[in-house]
Amino acid sequence: MSKSLLIAWKDLTLAFRDIGGLLLMLLAPFALTIGIGLVTGRFSGDANTGLSDIPVVIVNQDEGTIGETIVAIFTSSDLAALLDPTTLADAGAARAAIDADEAAAAVIVPAGFSEAVFTAAEAAPQIEVVLNPERPVSAGVVQAIVEDVLSRVEVGRVGGQVAIEQLLQTGRITPDQAGAIGQAFGEQQASTAGGTITVRRVDVSGRAAEAFDVLTVIAPGFALMFLMFTVTNAGRTIVQERLAGTLPRLLVAPIGAGQVLGGKLVGIFLIGVAQVAILIVANGLLFSVNWGDPLAVALLVLASAAGAAGWGALLAALAQSPAQIGGLGSALMLIFGILGGSFGNVLTLPAWLMPAAWITPNYWGIQGFAALGTGAGLAEIAPHLGALLAMAVALFGVAIVTFRRRGLV
Amino acid sequence: MDNILEARELRKTYGENEAVKGVSFEIKTGEIFSLLGPNGAGKTTTISMLSGLIAPTGGDAVIAGHSIVSDSLRVRERIGVVPQEIALYDDLTARENLTFWGQMYGLGGARLSARIAAVLEQIGLSDRANERVKTYSGGMKRRVNIGVGLLHEPQLLFMDEPTVGIDPQSRRAILDTVKALNALGMAVLYTTHYMEEAAELSNRVGIIDHGRMIALGTQRELAQQIGGRETLSLHISDDQNSSALADVVRALPGVDQASAMDHTVSVIVASAAEALAPVVGAASAHGFRIKGVEVAEPDLESVFLHLTGRALRD
Repeated sequence: MSKSLLIAWKDLTLAFRDIGGLLLMLLAPFALTIGIGLVTGRFSGDANTGLSDIPVVIVNQDEGTIGETIVAIFTSSDLAALLDPTTLADAGAARAAIDADEAAAAVIVPAGFSEAVFTAAEAAPQIEVVLNPERPVSAGVVQAIVEDVLSRVEVGRVGGQVAIEQLLQTGRITPDQAGAIGQAFGEQQASTAGGTITVRRVDVSGRAAEAFDVLTVIAPGFALMFLMFTVTNAGRTIVQERLAGTLPRLLVAPIGAGQVLGGKLVGIFLIGVAQVAILIVANGLLFSVNWGDPLAVALLVLASAAGAAGWGALLAALAQSPAQIGGLGSALMLIFGILGGSFGNVLTLPAWLMPAAWITPNYWGIQGFAALGTGAGLAEIAPHLGALLAMAVALFGVAIVTFRRRGLV
Repeated sequence: MDNILEARELRKTYGENEAVKGVSFEIKTGEIFSLLGPNGAGKTTTISMLSGLIAPTGGDAVIAGHSIVSDSLRVRERIGVVPQEIALYDDLTARENLTFWGQMYGLGGARLSARIAAVLEQIGLSDRANERVKTYSGGMKRRVNIGVGLLHEPQLLFMDEPTVGIDPQSRRAILDTVKALNALGMAVLYTTHYMEEAAELSNRVGIIDHGRMIALGTQRELAQQIGGRETLSLHISDDQNSSALADVVRALPGVDQASAMDHTVSVIVASAAEALAPVVGAASAHGFRIKGVEVAEPDLESVFLHLTGRALRD
């Protein structure tokens, strides 16, 4: 084994003998994963989404097909496990149910909605979806179902209009016949939608995906957040070893300074790999999380650890003392956690802050694991792997130059 | 006897500060050479250059036929280094530490196992080899610290103030270890600011001060440098100022140098018999109460005092 790898292995051994460090490396992200999993119902429901029995109120004041279709969808047996629907006649009562936190959302279909849609009325009333801010995830699911139904109706309506206009232009129907044909076509489209609608789970490319498991986002989110702590702590050992005299002792052994630095940097990487790999495997075994393609998962673990280790190395190269690395490392862990999506969806960030997410290993790692968890393959996470590896190369490069320039190794 | 080390005009500057100002000396194969000087004299900087930790600003040294400037890697294969601080991994056992450091020196397999067993025996820790170093006493850690430097059986061992801050028993053990290693043929470069250690261990001594080698030779040769002078040691009571007494005595005729440390004033004189009465008289005249007087043959402390006007531990 090369001397660099021996140094790295020694660092890995020491990391796993530090009980306090282990608590933060492994126990903390694992405990947080379990906590969030419990909050989202991942460990209590039978649905893989971790969401079930979402209370929803439906008020159908429409006398037409679309209103009926929406009620039929929300009360269908296909969605029985996901939704717990209640139908009310009064919109005010529905809003009151939201205010009282008795439902995640209320869907109010106004009177005359179907007729307005099918006759292309200029001032068509709108379906109202009242969302409960206390249950954003569940409310989002309800809203997505309504939007899905409406988009199907809209497609059918536009398609019907085009067809009717063509019939009119070619003289196959008269203008008097067009109104009746249009209404019949629209109603047929709406009723068809009711028979086919499901909660579609798709990835960003629109590809039909595996059932989404909330743990494929939560577990990597916390693993990657605490990975930042681990790699900065590992980077700190470079400064600590310099102060403790073991680094100078290494440098008077018959081994090149580049090998010593290489060993220390590989050590940071290995410790990161070990942490993420253990958490991924543990979540898979204990909570039956399906991470997806094993090769792609392994590569993503390596790439995530490499990207994070780059930050750890850079911090170690720039810092003046172990205490400074500790402080900066904790700050970096939290900031990257927020920016990268460890605490929640990055889409909730202001648009101007989104580019900041791209410099975090958290963002690319979490997105990659989520994609793999919904059935994506190696090719689809290639951009994530590329971004993480580019991050690692750039950061390690700057760290090495900085170490050399400061004469630290 | 061949030289295992030949240093020529070694210099090291840090900005405006010249830490080592052209030091030259040699160490013969199989001898113990002590580099004696007060704190900040340039001992550690010199040993750091010789061991390849820092590059010299000027000059060179040849160790076992290899230049520290152009062939540092070969030099580092042939030397062992025992740093002043305990440079070990506390969360590894003594055996794991020795294994790791042995591997860094290119040892492996059966040879590494054999060397670890031999070194553990040598430092007296065979029965506690599998305990983590953090559970050891300071003295035990010092012994492992030395053991690391011995693993690859170096031709020349650098020991940088290995007895700083340890108890007398551990200090004794370390000095005995140095002698035992030397008896096996290992050359040793030993830096210290303790005159007694240099006197006990060394075949030859180099005295270094302010980055310059101010004297070099055997203890007899060095003693001759002060021309048969003698040392008077005046012990005064605890409530009196020894520095003030040194100033008084230094002005007397026949007194070469005077230096104060704690409650003792060391005075270098041409003749103790002639100087004793005037020295004691002047002390009494200035209100100092002399509790005791010793007359000593010249030693390394006297030589340093003679050459610099200061005590080694000023």
